Amino acid sequence: MDTELLLKVAVSAGKVMTVLLVLSGSVAYLVLLERKVIAFMQSRLGPRRVGPSGLLQPIADGLKLFLKEDLVPAKADKWVFTLAPVVVIIPAFAAFAVVPFSGESFDVFGLTITPWITDINIGVLYILGISSLGVFGIIMAGWASNSKYPLLGSLRSAAQLISYEVPLGLSIIGVLMIAGTASMVGIVEAQRETGWWFFVPQFVGLFIFFVSGMAETNRAPFDLPEAETELVAGFHTEYSGMKFSFFFLAEYANMILVGCVATTLFMGGWMRPFPSVEALAWLNFLDFVHPFWSGFFWFAAKLFLVIFAFLWIRATFPRYRYDQLMHLGWKVLLPLSIVNVLVTAVVMLLMNSGSSA
Amino acid sequence: MEQYLPILIFVLVAAAFPVVTLVVARVIRPHKPDPVKLSSYECGLESVGEVRDRTSVRYYLIAVLFVIFDVEVIFMFPWAVRFKQLALLGFVSMATFLGILLLGYYYAWRKGALEWV
Repeated sequence: MDTELLLKVAVSAGKVMTVLLVLSGSVAYLVLLERKVIAFMQSRLGPRRVGPSGLLQPIADGLKLFLKEDLVPAKADKWVFTLAPVVVIIPAFAAFAVVPFSGESFDVFGLTITPWITDINIGVLYILGISSLGVFGIIMAGWASNSKYPLLGSLRSAAQLISYEVPLGLSIIGVLMIAGTASMVGIVEAQRETGWWFFVPQFVGLFIFFVSGMAETNRAPFDLPEAETELVAGFHTEYSGMKFSFFFLAEYANMILVGCVATTLFMGGWMRPFPSVEALAWLNFLDFVHPFWSGFFWFAAKLFLVIFAFLWIRATFPRYRYDQLMHLGWKVLLPLSIVNVLVTAVVMLLMNSGSSA
Repeated sequence: MEQYLPILIFVLVAAAFPVVTLVVARVIRPHKPDPVKLSSYECGLESVGEVRDRTSVRYYLIAVLFVIFDVEVIFMFPWAVRFKQLALLGFVSMATFLGILLLGYYYAWRKGALEWV
């Protein structure tokens, strides 16, 4: 076999494993972070028994879920019931394939390793497409459980996901128009060339993206599919043990994904604040280790900001009612995002004719 | 197509992860089912009636609307990427397209397809 191809496969596989490991670890500690942040916002202390300040709590949780009995209800469709969490988790992970985690490549053993798994010219479209596949798993879970709450929860969840996918897709159009590319790396480079991070000209877009992203990941205040007070736990009511933990993993992985996409499209990705101002070059203080780490640091910092906003909103706002949710999605966000696209188009046309005249 | 090879690898690894975990967990976890444990959850009561009953037609309407608007978004992606080159012609074409679509949207709104009561 071709050695060059083999080498490529090996490098890709290595990067994939690294991303999956880091992602799983991040998800585990994101759960702890969420509990801690919300606890402090409510004047509580949060988990603090397992390890110092509860730092070992995620490991205990993971072990517990791993060792728990895994029940399949007698009435359930056994195969679809088992397949559903797998179908949910594959797209939740696979969408990370095009996220650029940093800007600088580094060399290991003479191989140049790019800080993204792959850079395709339809990166944004790929993320939208892959991440929307998760809804199949949710429908499968609700249907296969053959129980009332899961079925209702999955119907609600599916309707919510597809309703907010439209404004989510439209909110990105404005960014694509300014950037002139749909490659995730290309969009960050375009923000360097334009001199503006896209949340400045596209602040309406960012707002719609953020709200729709919250709804897509079933986060509070849009967590109706798992509204405990009415639907027990929504589509995963009948799930336990490892299968339940896959739904949990996928939800938090999707939350991180929304953060990554918001960071890349609207907040300059891996770039430090004010990348064109030379006097602020010291902000890339991790350059002395490797420029890769500077980029990664700023990417992670922005990602943390977005995630923290998610948690803050969860601690602040009460849950929507279902008709309010549909009203917001179809009658507010959808027209707003179309207007945003049209206004962006008009402004760009005016600016272009102004510069050429 | 070479850029898509890593994606294939990613999907394979992402699929292997839950499969391997489920198999390993199956070996080491306890397994003591009994009829009560395996009954469907219904707040502790005996399950009443059929589960797969009729569902609200609203969900169907939402699904149809979604298909229309999502296809529209897909049309807009290539247009947006090439917008600078298409300039005025592109804007007029897309505005016409959106206009027809918004007419339908207005109709759906007036007919109450977007209400959830």
